Amino acid sequence: MTRRHWQQVTPYLLLLPSTIFILIFFSYPMVESFALAFRADDGGWTLKHFEAMVTDVAFVPAVCTTLLLVVIIIPVQFVLALIMALLIQAKLKFSSIFLYIYSIPLGISELAAGIVWFALFTERGYLNSILINLGLLNTPFIFLSYQNTVWLISAVVLAEAWRATSIVMIILVAGLQSIPNEYLEAADVFGASPWDKVWRVILPLLKPSLQVALILRTILAFQVFAVVLAVTGRGLTLLAAEAYLWYNTYRNPNVAAALATLIMVLSIASTMIYLWGLRTPEEQSL
Amino acid sequence: MKSAALRRYLRRAFTYLLAIVVALWVLAPIYLLGVAAFSEQNAIYTFPKQFVASPFSTDTIAFFLRSTGVSKAITNSVIVALLTLFFTMLIGTPAGYAIARFLFRGRDAFRLLIVSTRAFPIVILSIPLAVSFIEWDLYDSVYSLALMHTALALPFTILTTSSVFASVPRDLEEAATTLGCNQFEAFLRVALPLALPGLAAAMLFTFVLSWNEVFAAVILTVRNRTLPALVLTVLDVSPTPYKFAGGFVMLAPSLVFMFFIRKYLFNLWGRVTK
Amino acid sequence: MAEIKLETVRKTYGKTIATRDVSLTIHDREFMVLLGPSGCGKTTLLRGIAGLDQIDSGRIFIGDHDVTDLPPRQRRIAMVFQSYAVFPHLTVYENVAFGLRMQRIADVDVKKRVRSAAELLHITDLLERYPAQVSGGQRQRVAVARAIAVQAEVLLMDEPLSNLDALLRLEMRAELKRLLKEVNSTVVYVTHDQVEALSLGDRIAVMKDGAILQCDTPLKVYDYPATQFVGSFIGNPPMNFLTGQVKVDGSSTTISAGGGTFKPSPLIQSALRDSASILLGIRAENIEASATAVGGALSGSVLVVEPLGSHNLLTVKVGAEYVKVNAHADVVFQPDQTIWLKLAADKIRWIDRQSGVAVA
Repeated sequence: MTRRHWQQVTPYLLLLPSTIFILIFFSYPMVESFALAFRADDGGWTLKHFEAMVTDVAFVPAVCTTLLLVVIIIPVQFVLALIMALLIQAKLKFSSIFLYIYSIPLGISELAAGIVWFALFTERGYLNSILINLGLLNTPFIFLSYQNTVWLISAVVLAEAWRATSIVMIILVAGLQSIPNEYLEAADVFGASPWDKVWRVILPLLKPSLQVALILRTILAFQVFAVVLAVTGRGLTLLAAEAYLWYNTYRNPNVAAALATLIMVLSIASTMIYLWGLRTPEEQSL
Repeated sequence: MKSAALRRYLRRAFTYLLAIVVALWVLAPIYLLGVAAFSEQNAIYTFPKQFVASPFSTDTIAFFLRSTGVSKAITNSVIVALLTLFFTMLIGTPAGYAIARFLFRGRDAFRLLIVSTRAFPIVILSIPLAVSFIEWDLYDSVYSLALMHTALALPFTILTTSSVFASVPRDLEEAATTLGCNQFEAFLRVALPLALPGLAAAMLFTFVLSWNEVFAAVILTVRNRTLPALVLTVLDVSPTPYKFAGGFVMLAPSLVFMFFIRKYLFNLWGRVTK
Repeated sequence: MAEIKLETVRKTYGKTIATRDVSLTIHDREFMVLLGPSGCGKTTLLRGIAGLDQIDSGRIFIGDHDVTDLPPRQRRIAMVFQSYAVFPHLTVYENVAFGLRMQRIADVDVKKRVRSAAELLHITDLLERYPAQVSGGQRQRVAVARAIAVQAEVLLMDEPLSNLDALLRLEMRAELKRLLKEVNSTVVYVTHDQVEALSLGDRIAVMKDGAILQCDTPLKVYDYPATQFVGSFIGNPPMNFLTGQVKVDGSSTTISAGGGTFKPSPLIQSALRDSASILLGIRAENIEASATAVGGALSGSVLVVEPLGSHNLLTVKVGAEYVKVNAHADVVFQPDQTIWLKLAADKIRWIDRQSGVAVA
């Protein structure tokens, strides 16, 4: 082969191992997952696993809680992440230390974060200790009670906002860094207040970053389960936690696969919605 | 004039205050778990709780580390994470380099393939793989879990290594080839040394990714649990000191690793989003 | 002996053609400048010679060797990049030594040759430093020293001065000229700066849209532009062009332009046809402006006067067209003043208006 040919083939050779690996480890399980979800023991097609999934008492609460968490957590995370990102970009002294601190949760697992917040919210935990020390309570308040869904959800929302905001912050800071300073200076010259700058310059220019972060966070939010197990025990149930239970405890991979399929459909649907809802007209993409 | 200066000063002070409050929001929960983890075991049961670890004690941590299966689980976690690191670098770095350096037909299609894997929940990958691994006799092994983690981390590795290599100017490698290097030598002598810090950051992050992963780990293993898988499965039957110490041991690597990665975070994550 | 010969070199990027079958011979030890606006294909051509990009068709010879299919390292070339491409992870010394190390040259000789290259470029004091610790201008010197140290027969330079500030560029230009006389390499130098091209080149190849329009000595290119584009790209201000019309009346051929009548030299008369549209090209310094009527001069009114110190640059409206004129600094003209312009007859160039090509 001539040098020319080698140069043309080289990139494909370099990509080959990854492509094969990804095809095996993504396409195969996907197909298998559908097979598990839709196949009966006799080999024919069936919807009975989905029937089992839907008729399970935990199913409706799981769907509702999952959706509710997504709807509450995402906005909280984005407001918090935007504040963090703007603080990082505010040219403060020690900003690299702030950046380090703000990004620590990025490396913390769902399970560990769940335990951290369990330590705060549990009956004999730190939150109750603080409230009693301040004289606001006489006896510990039971936040994580089965009957107290509002507190259960609040605790999970706080834990998730605490843990998973970092990634949004990083994406937003990267987006902010790509906005030329001249735009903000121009806004200054024309009399914009800091608030105006955020609303009229920064946010519109940040739309592509916001879109990516939204898609990523929403997909991950559908998969949340260890936080919830750690904070609430069995107090709340979620789709991913149900899938885990069906596989691990009830020993039924078929229904687990049906739940997995549902989670994927939800993920893809929400991605589509974001792509469509936040699409940037061609003339705006500089 | 003076009031404008005062207003600017106040605004600045407020910004610092806000930055510190946000920092406390992140740090305080970690600190409190740390207090619990480094108190004596019976201090954990006292109420109201104390807010400093006094007397400071490694008793609770030691109790956790001595508990059944913990040391083995930590070993497993480290092995899985290192294997994952090795596999992703072996397979992913060449692909990342190709995307960064070559213009070829199908480049965008490949990128799309990589990005679209993000939409696949771990849940949908783990369950059928567990079923297949049982059939193939690969079930409950650190190696098969490492393969699974490799699959999960590979797209990330490819995108991050490609952005790391893209940040090394192409000119430098070209200069090396005009000075007598072939393509591979140019990569080895110029691109690789310059990409090394970024690649190291990507590797640390891959390690953390695998160290933290729990769903696939708990589905794919039974006796060879990794640390998160072990802690999760005994969560509702374990005593409080076990939970707190376990939580702290699991998050400790993050405290150290993020410190080294922080400069590269935007390189790693920022460009991944493009 | 390192003559470079390009034969019908073609390179396309997708649908755009970067070089259209360019043929060019660069003599041994010649300093050839490739000059043109951005996107004209000059850098593509240089990268083709270097072997950094593969050409689509045509052949490239260096010396007696057909190097078309050879990788850069086998072409016996050295190159200075626009970005300098100085390796940030190596000291200045190791940067200059890089090419020598690749040739497995003994340490003693490496030392000697790095020293002498460093001395030539006055960077001896910087050898132990890292590129991040030296200034942009010094980094540029490192890049040149690195290219010179390998003593290649062909030295390729891609806009090496474009990243320097104006003063440094002027200084480095003169130094490069001195230096490259000493190294005995064939030099191919890409630039979009016509002053650089005029001051450095033995010959200049002016490029546009992937083709070479003219390849000649700086003076020839300046005085006898082959096309309207060359005339307007080279020189500051660009060459003036006035539209005119040819009139053939029996044996006499005249051209009327800008309100005056001109007699073209007998040499080109045969190439002119009656009532053909033609351009009169003349440089600003070849026009004499006077406040009083002069025989055979064109009249016009002053639009703008720009004092430039050594002279004044006038923009004069002649008929419906504009002419730039260099006037003595001590003669004062006012806007709206009517003046007379006398064109130096031997400096007038005639260009076919339709094709834009000089009439010869």
